[in-house]
Amino acid sequence: MLAEDDLRSQVRDFLAAHDLAAADRLDFLRARFDAGLAWVHYPGGLGGQGLPRSLQQVVDGEFAAAGAPTNNPERNGIGLGMAAPTILSCGSQEQKKRWLRPLWTGEEIWCQLFSEPGAGSDLAGLATRAVRDGDHWVVNGQKVWTSSAHLAKRALLVTRTDPDVPKHKGMTYFACDMTAPGVEVRPLRQLTGEAEFNEVFLSDVVIPDADRIGTVGDGWRVATATLMNERVAIGGAATPREGGMIASAAHTWREHPELRTPGLHDAVLRLWADAEVARLAGARLRQQLAAGQPGPEGSAAKLVFARLNQQISEFEVELAGPDGLRYEDWSMRRPDGANFYGRDPGYRYLRAKGNSIEGGTSEILRNIIAERVLGLPAEVRLDKDVPWKDLPR
Amino acid sequence: MSQTTQTETGSPLAGGASTGGPAAGSASGGPAAGSASGMPDLLYSDAESQLRAAVRALLADRAGWRDVLARTETSQPYDTGLWRALAADVGCAGLIVPEALGGAGASYREAAVVAEELGRAVAPVPYLGSAIVATAALLSAGEEEELLGALAAGRATAALAVPFAAAPGARPMPTIRVSAAHDDEPAGTYRLSGSVRGIADVLPADILLVPADGVPYGLYAVSADEAGVTLAPVVSLDATRQLADLTLDDVPARRIAAGAAAEQAVAAALGAGAAMLASELLGVAERCLEMTVAYVKERRQFARPVGSFQALKHRLADLWVAVTQARAAARYAAACLATGDPDAPLAIALAKAACSDAAVKAGQETVQLHGGIGFTWEHPAHLYLKRGKSGSIGFGTADRHRGSLGALANLPAASAAPATGASR
Repeated sequence: MLAEDDLRSQVRDFLAAHDLAAADRLDFLRARFDAGLAWVHYPGGLGGQGLPRSLQQVVDGEFAAAGAPTNNPERNGIGLGMAAPTILSCGSQEQKKRWLRPLWTGEEIWCQLFSEPGAGSDLAGLATRAVRDGDHWVVNGQKVWTSSAHLAKRALLVTRTDPDVPKHKGMTYFACDMTAPGVEVRPLRQLTGEAEFNEVFLSDVVIPDADRIGTVGDGWRVATATLMNERVAIGGAATPREGGMIASAAHTWREHPELRTPGLHDAVLRLWADAEVARLAGARLRQQLAAGQPGPEGSAAKLVFARLNQQISEFEVELAGPDGLRYEDWSMRRPDGANFYGRDPGYRYLRAKGNSIEGGTSEILRNIIAERVLGLPAEVRLDKDVPWKDLPR
Repeated sequence: MSQTTQTETGSPLAGGASTGGPAAGSASGGPAAGSASGMPDLLYSDAESQLRAAVRALLADRAGWRDVLARTETSQPYDTGLWRALAADVGCAGLIVPEALGGAGASYREAAVVAEELGRAVAPVPYLGSAIVATAALLSAGEEEELLGALAAGRATAALAVPFAAAPGARPMPTIRVSAAHDDEPAGTYRLSGSVRGIADVLPADILLVPADGVPYGLYAVSADEAGVTLAPVVSLDATRQLADLTLDDVPARRIAAGAAAEQAVAAALGAGAAMLASELLGVAERCLEMTVAYVKERRQFARPVGSFQALKHRLADLWVAVTQARAAARYAAACLATGDPDAPLAIALAKAACSDAAVKAGQETVQLHGGIGFTWEHPAHLYLKRGKSGSIGFGTADRHRGSLGALANLPAASAAPATGASR
């Protein structure tokens, strides 16, 4: 309670010192960062105060109540959810100082250059090459499934730096300047008709060695840290009852008695119950984390989220009946991200198909649960001790 | 156990855990809003973990699965010695009874932990029937301090005479009739006749709590050793919880509650029974998962542990997810009952549905993933399969509980008139 009261008074002092009407939005956000009121669980000097993560809502609540400008976190999900924790845990002090502030304020959007046409679930098989040349690296390769690449200033990039050692050992991790010469971003049109994602071609892109995250050859460890944060970000947000995709299904059910059938009634009850139980499981997971008992339940969250989104949207299209045969717009557009709440059921049905593929397929997540949570024996590996260059392709 | 907890424990029972009323707590335009007091603690407290350890140690010592299996083929399907130790020595019989009435003054949170452990051990004791269902009925009816004290202390065991399959809210067809006492009997005595099929945990009961129709409907106490009481053991799908058919032939009875109070007592008992059975089923599912994971690590075929095959790993990962989800639902129901939260009826329906499905899935996967040995009488898998499937029907199937969400979450059924679908 003391920390909470202290934070409240810090925010009030800050607001008293920074006139909301007069301040430039970015200046205000930079000052908030410098005051340690950006993300309170981050260390001092890096936008935080080393406080428990749970206190962040106190600060956010105070700023929101005052009508202060936000850093539009939804525009920089990969930056805030994945890049920042990766930089914090694996970056140098100089890199943290250089990158975290513009990341948090939203001045610099981040994206993630991980998957390749030949390296999806087997990310460690990736082929994008980085070759050292004095104090910089020269990168060539192709990446896919890159959300926000067309908006991003920087990217998290994993490359192959040593093809002569087994695949997990020869990777190195960088922050790539997306405005550098040789970076070409092309939209990758999805089955929904639009392009949230991109393919990114890297041709002789020069990256300073100062932008390497972690040591040479340590890229897999850093990438794993990023992916763990990705799965927490995808499955972990707190929601009220009927806060997720079930909301529109339940709403349509209540508003349109003429669409109801006995079979669909059973389906809507099942989906509502499953969604509410998943919400409770998410709440329990957050309680575990807050109590310092990091349970393995986090791995379940993304799996359940993907399944529910797919089942609920499939139900919605069927419930819509004749309207389920219509689709709002196939034209090629460039949205910021998935929009599960503002569009029609057909879009949700199609977009949700990506939920069990992006950020680790549901099959890979089941492997992770089986091996890391249940302790079952790992798959027989044919590629573990073979130099990457000698793997069959 | 704190006085505060004790006071809070009493209220939900008096208030009734009925899921019977339509749309209880839900506005017509949306779903029920959720817990009145925000999200309750869904974890296990230190005290709950200590209680769990005490119960688990006793069960490991006294109720190994071989003993449980052997007992199913004797004339004593319930382990009364174990029940006395659990009830009186560990104090499990009085968990939901206030200290002032001779109980432990704990709550449904602790009671649920005990239920989980009994499920893990497929223990043949009448905890659910006596310490939960009958006790909840008496707490709701009130003014039964002497009987409650005896139950809480483990001096007596009681059972509510309803079919094990009875769901909260679905008032079973009355099958017991009330008639006037004989001329020479004291005022307040009644006579009951009729039968109830498939009652759980009634074989070891000293006292029967009998809902009976008459004017008015009432809840009556009958001593199990009265002349005219016949309990016929049923060959039951789950032999670790043997059911019995009850016949009453002009048996003297004392009325505990009448009219709405009696209906409320039965509804509260069934609601509490469904919630605690959900936790028991969670224990069944958890133990199944543990047992099966351990087995597939050991069992080798094709020169490797069968647990290294992705086909099995993915099934077990899915089962673990189901157990994880079910645990959250079970804890939420126990927490809502413990504080008398108005969201309790919805929480109970969710928990019973989720835990029933998880336990059935777990029992079935346990048999299949054990292969040949899992199909034998000499392996415990079948005890869990049967306890899980039987428990999934007890106090309302998953389907019935989900069905109650139609009212509780405002998701009404299709009307009788055929939907045209084209008139939108």
